[in-house]
Amino acid sequence: MSTMTQDPSIAQNDHDDHHHGAPKGLMRWVLTTNHKDIGTLYLWFSFIMFLTGGAMAMVIRAELFQPGLQLVEPNFFNQMTTVHGLIMVFGAVMPAFTGLANWLIPMMIGAPDMALPRMNNWSFWILPFAFSILLSSLFMEGGGPNFGWTFYAPLSTTYSPDSTALFVFAVHIMGISSIMGAINVVVTIVNMRAPGMTWMKLPLFVWTWLITAFLLIAVMPVLAGVVTMVLTDKYFATSFFDAAGGGDPVMFQHIFWFFGHPEVYIMILPSFGIISAIVPAFSRKPLFGYASMVYATASIAILSFLVWAHHMFTTGMPVFAELFFMYCTMLIAVPTGVKVFNWVATMWRGSITFETPMLFAVAFIILFTIGGFSGLMLAITPADFQYHDTYFVVAHFHYVLVSGAIFSIMAAAYYWLPKWTGHMYSETLGRWHFWCSVISVNVLFFPMHFLGLAGMPRRIPDYAIQFADVNQIVSIGGFAFGLSQLIFLAVVIKCIRGGEKAPDKPWEGAEGLEWTIASPAPYHSFTTPPEVK
Amino acid sequence: MTELKRKSNKQLIILLFASAVGMFGFGFALVPLYDVLCDALGINGKTQSTASTYQPVTIDKNRTITVEFLSQVQSDMPWTFTPQVNTMQVHPGELIRTHFVASNLSANYLVGQAIPSVSPGQGAAYFNKTECFCFNQQALKANAQADLPLIFFVDPELPDSISTLTLSYTLFNITDKGYVENVAE
Ligand code: HEM
Ligand SMILES: [Cu+2]
Repeated sequence: MSTMTQDPSIAQNDHDDHHHGAPKGLMRWVLTTNHKDIGTLYLWFSFIMFLTGGAMAMVIRAELFQPGLQLVEPNFFNQMTTVHGLIMVFGAVMPAFTGLANWLIPMMIGAPDMALPRMNNWSFWILPFAFSILLSSLFMEGGGPNFGWTFYAPLSTTYSPDSTALFVFAVHIMGISSIMGAINVVVTIVNMRAPGMTWMKLPLFVWTWLITAFLLIAVMPVLAGVVTMVLTDKYFATSFFDAAGGGDPVMFQHIFWFFGHPEVYIMILPSFGIISAIVPAFSRKPLFGYASMVYATASIAILSFLVWAHHMFTTGMPVFAELFFMYCTMLIAVPTGVKVFNWVATMWRGSITFETPMLFAVAFIILFTIGGFSGLMLAITPADFQYHDTYFVVAHFHYVLVSGAIFSIMAAAYYWLPKWTGHMYSETLGRWHFWCSVISVNVLFFPMHFLGLAGMPRRIPDYAIQFADVNQIVSIGGFAFGLSQLIFLAVVIKCIRGGEKAPDKPWEGAEGLEWTIASPAPYHSFTTPPEVK
Repeated sequence: MTELKRKSNKQLIILLFASAVGMFGFGFALVPLYDVLCDALGINGKTQSTASTYQPVTIDKNRTITVEFLSQVQSDMPWTFTPQVNTMQVHPGELIRTHFVASNLSANYLVGQAIPSVSPGQGAAYFNKTECFCFNQQALKANAQADLPLIFFVDPELPDSISTLTLSYTLFNITDKGYVENVAE
């Protein structure tokens, strides 16, 4: 007896006649409760935000092309760094992962849809409002947020523009969206697995997302709390962070980073899942060390709550606290190293082919590891006194986020595009996209390490002339990387509109339930749960 | 089966939403927790905000501690605010009297609040003030000047590793803030 299709809350509430294709027209997208539609919406939204945030990065790099102030006002420059960061974190990376979760988790665990389809619709549709509010604040008198994506008090309280209330409101909406999305993921994974899909058979993408969802539920509310405190400090005369009223600005940093560090793992754990799917597929070998991957992910998640103050070494912490956070931070490198080891061991003696998803996955492994190494350098407390708030930190987190998280998202897109669209993407264009991206991303971010070591501070629109040459190289890399992403846009559009017909399982070594259904995946899949052996 | 599934869905959803709400509360609970922890561990350089009483203790003449005084004025506060002396040598247990001088350079009545901080942070717990202007708000009429008294002693238990204590005050303008008490002019 099929059980799930009889549940009226699942999969069938958006249309009367069952088991047909998608409804037509605009309202399909507004009212949809279908996990594939919502996944598509998230992915497109994320891509639009990626280009928007990217345009801001182009403004930043254009201003920094030469020393001196040429193109924009310093205050506008600050708004660009701030909103670039906010958009990339909350608008590009996180929604992309949620989009992938929507598309893939039900297909991977043999479920007909997400557990809470209506909430799913809401989780997505409040996002465009949040970002419209955030972006519109840039056009207001006094400008938009200019205090950095980390909105440290008192920059965000005493010295912030009048539009700060809108920033707070936008962050609240983003947080609510993420929390609802996370709850949906947890309920889906816990309750909707097909018979026989036991915990230790779950694909790693599902595992990593489950753990990510717990992190989201744990820390997004703390973010909501800290923006609320900023709001009341600024507008309602509380003094959480105002020393004059008995508060403490350093406490802001503690609360923010209690959210902030787990947040950076929220942006990387699903990547680990993606890479763990792609590397075995193109090495034609099962993943090395499945169970250790699961435990490593869980330990990274737990440890991520014990390291937040490595962002605050220079605030004047007592020595024992500095040592504690230094060692805990270094400890995280151990489970992370386990993962890198497992991926390499998976490739070892595999019969590897390098289609575009694999190219991005291999680049991920190498470049993410470089980011991990610079992270270890930053974790050394006395060294961090030199590196903190310089371009070295910028180099570090762009290696882990751009050539890490973003590359994994690109890899995922190429890997599952045939399943989503029913067409093969153009391998030639895909390779162009890869090689342009991987070269330019290194031209863009690698020299930043040297700028930082030489003392160039981050978030400043001008710099001393000895940094001019390197900044010019960095900017050229930046423009090249930005343009390269237009190739990706072309690939995706081309692939949606046509191309070679994709078989159900386009990758010889691919594993997983999603490859047992047709390409393109039918609007309703697994309405009767598959039997997992 | 369907009934069962829906019920366990519901329980899980309630649990997860409750956790999210709980973590929102936890964010706010971090505020008092922060103060408690800083107090208990004696970190952060916060000194006590009420007067301590001086019990005459044996003054440790063999040990000399350098005490430095610093003052900063927030940019929106048109006052000068300086210590009477910048540095002094004291013996632990000795009761010392000094003062800071504040003058209002503006043509307005202004209320300030001086916030103390001791460095190194671990020394804060041993820096005892029996009287300090910082326990109250400071108000000055236009162009007025005042000596702001400070009486303190260093606890003889001060760890040997500390030989210098720096007491720094930051003066904030709180005239237009909601938390101004009615101070006598
Ligand atoms: C081995 C793993 C890692 C270590 C040891 C590490 C260590 C650090 C340290 C010590 C800092 C603070 C630097 C400073 O401000 O002076 C930092 C900053 C940062 N890290 Fe990592 N990190 C690691 C992995 C990651 C990953 C995986 C991500 C995200 C995907 C990430 C994202 C960031 C971001 C965004 C910042 C800068 C935040 C800001 O100030 O705006 N890190 N990291
Ligand atoms: Cu961190």
